[in-house]
Amino acid sequence: MKTIVRIPCVTTTSISNMAACAELPAGGFVFENCQRNKFLESQGYKVPKAYKTGTTICGLVYKDGIVLGADTRATEDTIVADKNCAKIHYISSNIYCCGAGTAADTEMTTQLISSELELHRLNTGRQPRVCTANRLLKQMLFRYHGYIGAALVLGGVDSTGPHLYSIWPHGSTDKLPFVTMGSGSLAAMATFEDRYKADLSRDEAMKLVRDAICAGIFNDLGSGSNVDLCVITKDKVDYIRPYEEANKKGVRQGKYRYDRGTTVVISSEVKKVELEVIDTEVRAVPMET
Amino acid sequence: MATPAFPTSFVPGPLWGNGPTPGQVYNFPGAATAPDQWGTQRTLNPSVTTTSVLAVKYKDGVVMAADMLGSYGSLARYRNCPRLQKINDKTILGCSGDYADFQFLSNIINQRVVEEECLNDGFSYTPPGLHSWLTRVMYNRRSQFNPLWNTYLVGGIHQEKPFLGYVDKIGIAYEADTIATGFGAYLALPILRDAVEKNKKMEEKQAVELIDRCMKLLFYRDARSLNKYQVAVVTKKGSEIRGPIVSEANWEIAHMVKGYE
Repeated sequence: MKTIVRIPCVTTTSISNMAACAELPAGGFVFENCQRNKFLESQGYKVPKAYKTGTTICGLVYKDGIVLGADTRATEDTIVADKNCAKIHYISSNIYCCGAGTAADTEMTTQLISSELELHRLNTGRQPRVCTANRLLKQMLFRYHGYIGAALVLGGVDSTGPHLYSIWPHGSTDKLPFVTMGSGSLAAMATFEDRYKADLSRDEAMKLVRDAICAGIFNDLGSGSNVDLCVITKDKVDYIRPYEEANKKGVRQGKYRYDRGTTVVISSEVKKVELEVIDTEVRAVPMET
Repeated sequence: MATPAFPTSFVPGPLWGNGPTPGQVYNFPGAATAPDQWGTQRTLNPSVTTTSVLAVKYKDGVVMAADMLGSYGSLARYRNCPRLQKINDKTILGCSGDYADFQFLSNIINQRVVEEECLNDGFSYTPPGLHSWLTRVMYNRRSQFNPLWNTYLVGGIHQEKPFLGYVDKIGIAYEADTIATGFGAYLALPILRDAVEKNKKMEEKQAVELIDRCMKLLFYRDARSLNKYQVAVVTKKGSEIRGPIVSEANWEIAHMVKGYE
């Protein structure tokens, strides 16, 4: 007969029971340090700045599928932290997701849902649907009530056709023919509202998304650098990074340094400096052990 | 029940109780001792507000547009508020922000124009002159902590060239080829800048068409806008205000939207 001895964390009876007695960590966010942090802030300690993507991301549905676009600047308040970051994340072979908001949140959330979706795919034996990814993302984000700062544009093509969703940090979703998110979303949305129509061709759709992202890059300070594009159709995915280098680093036109030989040397002389040895001393310095 | 801003009952302070203290300033009863209680007033919040004004310079002049809605907070209250004013044949003025402050300044400007006419010396208000005067007025008011809660766009022709200037409620002033105030700065300005970059010397027809596209776009995406608007065009031949124009919205994409997931 087995008797299970309740010693904290470790039992001596069987290895399989170890997990059952181990302390399981409580789920969700821990708000224990909030009061301490507030006190520290009042004392003058600066809060570490979150690495945000301060972005322009967008997507649209065209004749054969989805085109997703994103800029490539990541900001830390007013500093550009990353000049060429990748904002279009892989969810599955037929589904990709652009992320705006806190960079860590978008990265980890999309990776988590990607792995959940892969397990689901192995379980069902079918190509995953975009609405499944949408449900998984919104259910997770709602659980955290907006504390996970991830604003996403999810797009993909599955057996039921092309689908495009925008997902907000609090967990609400919109299913639309064209969506934009991020600080440059108004500039990009202006471009879409002006020129979007149903059943665009592939080239027209790519140009429209590129123009929308460029509107964000040149008119919003939180977005910049290059344009990344992702074209998803039923058969294949074109992950084009970079699609366009909208901001090339300038080439140096000249130098201020004078070349060697600018000042003409008339004559040169090598002199020896005479040194007189006054005293020599030998001292023992004990080694530090 | 809101307390009234003026005193309903008057209680005088002690006139000669123990006498005024020698060397101290004596406040006689009945005088406005507390300046902000009832006497002077300052603009704290705008009440009836108007949304963006857009303008673009083209080859022969300036095109400016503004819709005709006066919002009372989120209520679309007054649907016939003209916000573009013709100053003279070479100057137009557009305004956004508090409508009462616009009417106040508009009156003052009209009086000054009439005075100018009376002088009959061949001089009239030029766009840069008006822009400069407006900057000083707005900055002076903000320095008194009593701003005119407006953003002005001054457009016109000066020395054969088109002029376009912006003045803010805090006295920020600048000139540019394309300007949009309020929400227009986020939505319409990228479109305007892109079009001007591609074609610096637009014809009037192209400029008006560009402005029409932007006004339609603002009606789609600005929650405090109306599809009824006026367009003002200034060329060296003169200035005119066209409108009101009612733009048709295209809701074809409504068929593509069903539910939220």
